[in-house]
Amino acid sequence: MGKEMSRRRLLIGCGWVMFAALGGCSPQAPRFHAQDVTGADYGRGFSLPDTEGRIRTLADFRGEVLGLFFGFIQCPDVCPTALSRAVAVKEQLGAQGARFRIAFVTVDPERDTPSVVRSYLNAFDPSFVGLIPPDQETLAQVAKEYRVFYRKVPTGSSYTMDHTATTFVYDPQGRLRLAVPHALGANEFAADVALLLQGA
Amino acid sequence: MTQAKQSKLGKLTKKLAGMVAVACWVAAPLAQAEGIVTISDPWVQATVSGQQATGAFMKITAHQPVRLVAGFSPVAPVVEIHEMKMVGDRMQMRALADGLPIAAGETAELKPGGYHVMLINLPKPIEVGQKVPLTLVFTDGSGQRHEVAVEAPARPLGQMGGAAKMPEGQHRPHHHGHAH
Repeated sequence: MGKEMSRRRLLIGCGWVMFAALGGCSPQAPRFHAQDVTGADYGRGFSLPDTEGRIRTLADFRGEVLGLFFGFIQCPDVCPTALSRAVAVKEQLGAQGARFRIAFVTVDPERDTPSVVRSYLNAFDPSFVGLIPPDQETLAQVAKEYRVFYRKVPTGSSYTMDHTATTFVYDPQGRLRLAVPHALGANEFAADVALLLQGA
Repeated sequence: MTQAKQSKLGKLTKKLAGMVAVACWVAAPLAQAEGIVTISDPWVQATVSGQQATGAFMKITAHQPVRLVAGFSPVAPVVEIHEMKMVGDRMQMRALADGLPIAAGETAELKPGGYHVMLINLPKPIEVGQKVPLTLVFTDGSGQRHEVAVEAPARPLGQMGGAAKMPEGQHRPHHHGHAH
């Protein structure tokens, strides 16, 4: 009896050692290139009209990896670069690319009308979804939920928008998993999306 | 090249060398307006209907200290010299109030992730393949203005290269919480 107990203790002890060696409470934590924000208490979702006026929420994108990006159309640099990267990611995923989608939230709804956003996104990928906050208050709310910064900055005769250039990535179950920095390359981004599509 | 030429010329006078330089200057191709800069690979990002602004990109090699101060184009009533930079995870774009200085012998690359010539208030879309006339205005060391004309073909959206390369000295991705 005593012998049995000590054997059991030993087994439990071994179990704990193995568990610790594998990395504590998430022994199978996948290694992402982007920042892993699994379990974050922000970015819990959105409810915004798309370019056709339909209200879209995370539930519409179940089964897909969704990348949510905040930007504006008059942006000559970061936004087209981020969208081009997304196109490259989709290409690299091959057949799986059909399960990767970008939702582009404009931070400049004053100028970015639904039709401009639609034709702009079509130039990259017609499957990309444009989300247009109907007013500044809604924009402020969604930005707050995502901890996204945006600010109108006058430039001579016009204005530009400073904004957070992070892409927020959801897994096929609709959970926020990754914050992808602007500087991350398409190869690394694609590898991360592939992991999420495999159920990581 | 000047050195090689001079050694080849041997004992010819400085005056003659000066004349050779003048000959080169006169024979310089149009793109090297007055020999102060060489502009290569200019391109403009095509736009879609309703898009009011876009960027022009190129490489500018300065043959003497210059400053890119302005531009104009028949396709846009307003042209500005802009800098884009990442501050932490935030993108900022600013008009360069004092222009873009380029040291003699250096090449400034206007490319996504850095500088661009911003074409603003476009009355109509810029079609893929359209050649956009663009005149750039430089000042030299003495403050004199020089105009250089280029034709920048429009490239399709979505062909900016997959990887968003960061210029040297900018923030790496994992730096968060940068103070403002």
